[in-house]
Amino acid sequence: MSVVADGSRALAPMPDDAARSQIRRRSRIRLYELVIWFLAVAAIIVLPSKMLILTEIAILALFAVSLDLVLGFAGIVSLGHTAFFGLGAYVAGLFARHYFAEPVAGLILAGAASGLLGFATSFLVLRGSDLTRLMTTLGIALMLGELANQMGWLTGGADGLSGFSLDPILGLFEFDLWGRNGYIYCLAVLFTSTMIARRIAYSPFGLSLKAIKTNPMRAAMVGVPARRRIIIVYTVAAVMAGFSGALLTQTTSFVSPDVLAFHRSADVLLVLVIGGTGYLYGGILGAIGFTLLRDWLSVVTPQYWMFWIGLLLIILVLVGRDRLAGWMQYLPGRLAQSRSSRS
Amino acid sequence: MIALETQGLKRRFGAFVVTNDVSLRVERGARHALIGPNGAGKTTLINLLTGVLKPSAGCILLEGEDITALPAHRRVKKGITRTFQINQLFGEYTPLETLALAIGERDGIGGNLVRDLGSFDDVVDEAAELLSRFGLGSVMGQRTATLAYGKQRLLEIALAFASKPRVLLLDEPAAGVPEDERHEVLKIVSDLPGDVTVLLIEHDMDLVFSFATCITVLVAGAIFAEGPATEVANDARVKAVYLGESA
Repeated sequence: MSVVADGSRALAPMPDDAARSQIRRRSRIRLYELVIWFLAVAAIIVLPSKMLILTEIAILALFAVSLDLVLGFAGIVSLGHTAFFGLGAYVAGLFARHYFAEPVAGLILAGAASGLLGFATSFLVLRGSDLTRLMTTLGIALMLGELANQMGWLTGGADGLSGFSLDPILGLFEFDLWGRNGYIYCLAVLFTSTMIARRIAYSPFGLSLKAIKTNPMRAAMVGVPARRRIIIVYTVAAVMAGFSGALLTQTTSFVSPDVLAFHRSADVLLVLVIGGTGYLYGGILGAIGFTLLRDWLSVVTPQYWMFWIGLLLIILVLVGRDRLAGWMQYLPGRLAQSRSSRS
Repeated sequence: MIALETQGLKRRFGAFVVTNDVSLRVERGARHALIGPNGAGKTTLINLLTGVLKPSAGCILLEGEDITALPAHRRVKKGITRTFQINQLFGEYTPLETLALAIGERDGIGGNLVRDLGSFDDVVDEAAELLSRFGLGSVMGQRTATLAYGKQRLLEIALAFASKPRVLLLDEPAAGVPEDERHEVLKIVSDLPGDVTVLLIEHDMDLVFSFATCITVLVAGAIFAEGPATEVANDARVKAVYLGESA
């Protein structure tokens, strides 16, 4: 791949060939992607005692990747993305408890339910400024949280929903005590969803999303139907958020109104602030950073860890993530190159 | 045949009437210039025609079809688009990506979310061809935000061309373009196929008279004078109100 890149610069072949290879290079697989997935798989063998926290990271990463589709590509800010996470979590819990305890079926159903909610509420984010969008999305999540709290007959109210256990995944792989299969399951869902999101990102559809984000007026003037595009991506993101909520339920056999709490919407935004938006892997890197940091801080200063998270947030915003990410330039060769050439 | 027509078009911001009862007719294939002093409402009129603004009253007909209620992107599909007085580009995209976006939308593949953009060779080839026609071939892979102003200006116009409009509205295309690059812009505009209708806003009178066959003078939001270029140029009232100031 690097040969093609060098050739187009040095030999300046027919312009069309150069153009084709430039466009094709957009979606080539970067080294850092391989490293991330390799490490994620290697962890199954290398870190058998850390399966639970890795599962947590994978779930948060999927949640953040889904938000990145909306925020980083379409430019829709949301303070209520956990509405879809929480709905997925409850649907998966109720389905396993009352109907069928096979996880993949529950996962798909949870994704479909969240997708429906995403589609229905997407019309509310079409209009208005960032501020109205923040308030609308926040309001939807708060309403769902209150519903979950009040509808005790269905959701178990504040006590949450428990007393169910999941069948083996696809009838084959049982959830074990160490969480190994649970992690592999979450990793598989994260990988599949990220690859789908990646596919979307490099499609003509994905190209039009970032155009809507950077200059909606001009995007309209080249014929981009922004409303339709936003409805679609918002729905897809809701499905993925629903998946991540379902994964949390299925790996913990428990759901409580906490899945709809405001802090989850805020956390996932923070994850993207840490990892960066608009290239999907920011959600994964941010989830790793956020979870490890929170874990470490809560051990070092159990009472004040929120203080340090808050301080970090301020530093990140003031200094700017781009400058913090400048360390990438010091990496050898391809990694730094691919990072700087992505656009 | 009339390509573009407005009937009693009106737009007010609060009590301030920016576009006042404008009834304009642009012939198919015309080279029509829209001139007027600053604040006459020329850009507002373009915004109304392209759907950036909604009119307070009146209607807009494109080739006889009422497009007043259509959103901007639907009007583009009907064959009308524009350039902006101040560049409106996608800073993070390369010129190649920018044109591929417009060509893709025009060809109806913009909603495709399962195929890689790189697999649409015809779209990419056409974008590359258009870029080289505009002298942007050598910078097609650079981020737009890093390009020199003159190059961005050319991309601004190329982007409107990429939609293959039948009616093209040019809002001061030569504004801010360095003197030595001006002729490039002019040549590209005058090389447009004869059946493409062009409505041009411009302050540069040399450019207006070298290009336009028909001129509409807008003053304080209303049509002040209209007619063939030579007639308008010799109109005493127009000279007094507008040309007198600059010539």
